[in-house]
Amino acid sequence: MAAYLMRRALMLAATLLVSSFVVFAGLSLAPGNPLATLSGGRSLPPESVAVLVQRYHLNEPFLVQYVTWLGNAVRGDLGVSIILRQDVSDLISSRSGTTIALILYAALIVLVGGVALGLLAALRPGIVDAIVVMSTALVVAVPPFVAAIVLIGVFAVRLRWLPALGNGTGLWEGMRHLTLPALALAAAATAAVARVTRTTVRQEMGREHVQTAISRGLPYPAVVRRHALRNAAVPISTLAGMTVASMIALAAVVERAFSLNGLGAYLVSAALSKDFAVVQGISLVLVTAFVLVNTLVDVGAALLDPRIKLGGRA
Amino acid sequence: MSNPFGNRTSDLLDISGLTVALPLGGRHRTVLSDVSLRVGAGEAVGLVGESGSGKSMTARSIVRLLPAGAHTEGSIRLGGADVAALRGPALRDLRRRVPMVFQDPRAHINPVRTIGDFLTEALRAHSRTPRRAGQERAVRMLEEVGVADGRRRLRQYPHELSGGLLQRVMIAAALLTEPHLLLADEPTTALDVTTQAEVMAILDELRRERGLAMLFITHDLELAAAVCDRTAVMYAGRVMEVRASDLLHQHPLHPYTAALTAARPCLDRRAERLVTTAGRPLSAFEAPDGCPFATRCAHVRQRCHDTRPGLRPLAGGQVACVRAEELHQERAVPHE
Repeated sequence: MAAYLMRRALMLAATLLVSSFVVFAGLSLAPGNPLATLSGGRSLPPESVAVLVQRYHLNEPFLVQYVTWLGNAVRGDLGVSIILRQDVSDLISSRSGTTIALILYAALIVLVGGVALGLLAALRPGIVDAIVVMSTALVVAVPPFVAAIVLIGVFAVRLRWLPALGNGTGLWEGMRHLTLPALALAAAATAAVARVTRTTVRQEMGREHVQTAISRGLPYPAVVRRHALRNAAVPISTLAGMTVASMIALAAVVERAFSLNGLGAYLVSAALSKDFAVVQGISLVLVTAFVLVNTLVDVGAALLDPRIKLGGRA
Repeated sequence: MSNPFGNRTSDLLDISGLTVALPLGGRHRTVLSDVSLRVGAGEAVGLVGESGSGKSMTARSIVRLLPAGAHTEGSIRLGGADVAALRGPALRDLRRRVPMVFQDPRAHINPVRTIGDFLTEALRAHSRTPRRAGQERAVRMLEEVGVADGRRRLRQYPHELSGGLLQRVMIAAALLTEPHLLLADEPTTALDVTTQAEVMAILDELRRERGLAMLFITHDLELAAAVCDRTAVMYAGRVMEVRASDLLHQHPLHPYTAALTAARPCLDRRAERLVTTAGRPLSAFEAPDGCPFATRCAHVRQRCHDTRPGLRPLAGGQVACVRAEELHQERAVPHE
C-alpha cells in the first residue's frame, strides 16, 4: 500500500507539473498584450512601460517566466491582480469557500440521491424502475445552465421557496442560498450515478456470490448492502468521483447563473478583463483540485477492490 | 441420529411430486416433472444425471432458490415442515440449516470481502455471535477442513487462495452454521483431479463424523457410489431409478443407468472405443409423452412410447421403466 501511494504521489506531481505548464503557456499564447491591459489602452511614457515590464518579468524568455511563476506559486504567491492590485492568493482564498461549499453540497446530492434512486430502480422492477429510468434519461441530458434556469423559474420565482441570487450570511442562510445552485450542478450527475447504480446493482444481484449469500439465509437488506451494493461501489464511486471533478469546472457556469461570489465566477470575469495573473492562478488551483480528486478516486477504488493491483505494474 | 427437527417423520427431507416450470422465452417450460425423493437423517443420497437433467434445480427447490417467476407444484417437507409455506425469518432459518456447497467457489464467494468475513457473516447474522467468537470458531473449522494457518487466511481475499482451498472454505462455511442437511452441488467438478479427491475425502469424513445428511449432486456415478448410501438417477427432469448406491452402480435396473455406467471408461480394461449413447440429453419440456428416454433407449418397445412409467418398487429400490422386470431377469443379476 505504501509503495502504491508513493507511486500515485509521484504521478500526481508529474501531472501537476505538466498541467501548470499548460496553464501558463495557454495564457501566454492567448491574444492580447498584458501591457495594453496594464495601461488600460492609454499610451504610457517609456519609463512607466519599463517599470511594468520589470515588475511582470515581461522581457524575460518564456521558460524563465514560467519557472519564476511556478516557483512563486509553490510558495503560495500567485502574483498581483492587474485590475484590483491585490494578491491573487488572497483574492482566491476569499472566494474559494463558496466554491468548495457548492461542490461538496452538490457531491452529497449526487452520491446520496444518485445511489438511492439507482437502488430503488434496481430492486423495484416495474413502475418504480420505469419512472426512474425515464426521468434520469431526461435529466442526464440537461446541462447545468439549463437546470439553473429551470430551478430559478420554478423554486425561486414561482414557488418562492428558495432564494435565486447571492451568497447569504450565516450557516442556514448560506445553505439556503446554495441549495438551488447545488441542485443545478448536481442534476445531470445524479441522474448518471443513478443509472450506473441501477445497472451495476442489478448485475451484482444476479451474480453467483449473491446467490450464495441468499442461500445462507442472510436477511435481504444485508445481502443488498454487504454484497450487491458493496461490489457495485467501485464503478459507482469512479463515476461519482469523475463527475465531482468535472463540477470543479462547471461550477463557473452555475456561480455566474446564481450570482455567487465563487472562484468560477471570478475566473470568468477575470478572463473577460484580461487579468492574466488571476486567470493563471485560478486555473492552477482548479486544475490542481481536479487532479487531486481524480487521484483520490483511484486510491479509493484500490481500497474498495482488493483485486486492483497495488504494487508493481498493472 | 434423531430427527433434529424433533418431528415424528423419520425422513429428514421428503420431496414428493415436485414439478417446476421456469419462464423461458416468454412461456413456462417444465424443468422438473413429478420428482419424488427422500433423504433420511444422517443419510447421504447421490443425485446423478447429465447436464440439464434437473439435479441442481431439485437442490435449489429445497431451499427455494429458484429463479423469479418459477411455478412449483408438489411438496417439499423438511423435518415435517412444508418448505413452500415458510416466510421471512423461518425461511432464512431453513436456509441456514440446509447450506449449499456450490460447484465454482471462485464465483460463489464474494471477491471483495475477506475469507473471515465470508465465514462469519452467517453466524453473525443469525445468532448474533460476537466478531471475535465467530472468528475463533472459523479458525477451528478451517483446521478441520484441512486449512492451516487459519488466522492469516481470515484476513486474505478469495483471489489469494487456490480453488481447492477456496472450496474447503466453502465447506467450512457450510458446516459452521450447524446444518442438518448439506446440499453439495458438484462440489469437486471445478477442481483439479488431485484436489478433487482431497476435498471429497474431507467432505465425506466431516459428514460422517457429524451424522449429517447430504444430497450430493454429481454426474459421476462412481463417485456417488463411493460416498452415498443411495443414489437417484435423473433424466429429463425425472427420477429414473433410486437404489442403494453399490447395487445401482453394479447392477443398474434402468436402461439409462446402464448406459451411464457403460459410458464411463474403465481404468483396468483397454477399450477400442468409448461407449456412447446415441442422441442428446433432453430437457423436461422437450421429452416425449411416454418414457423420456424412449428415443435413445436400446430396449425400447411400443408401450414405452404410449405411457409414461412412474417409479415402482423393484429389487430393493425404485425404477421408472415398464420393462424393468424383464430386463432384470434377462441380465440374470448374480447377486440374487
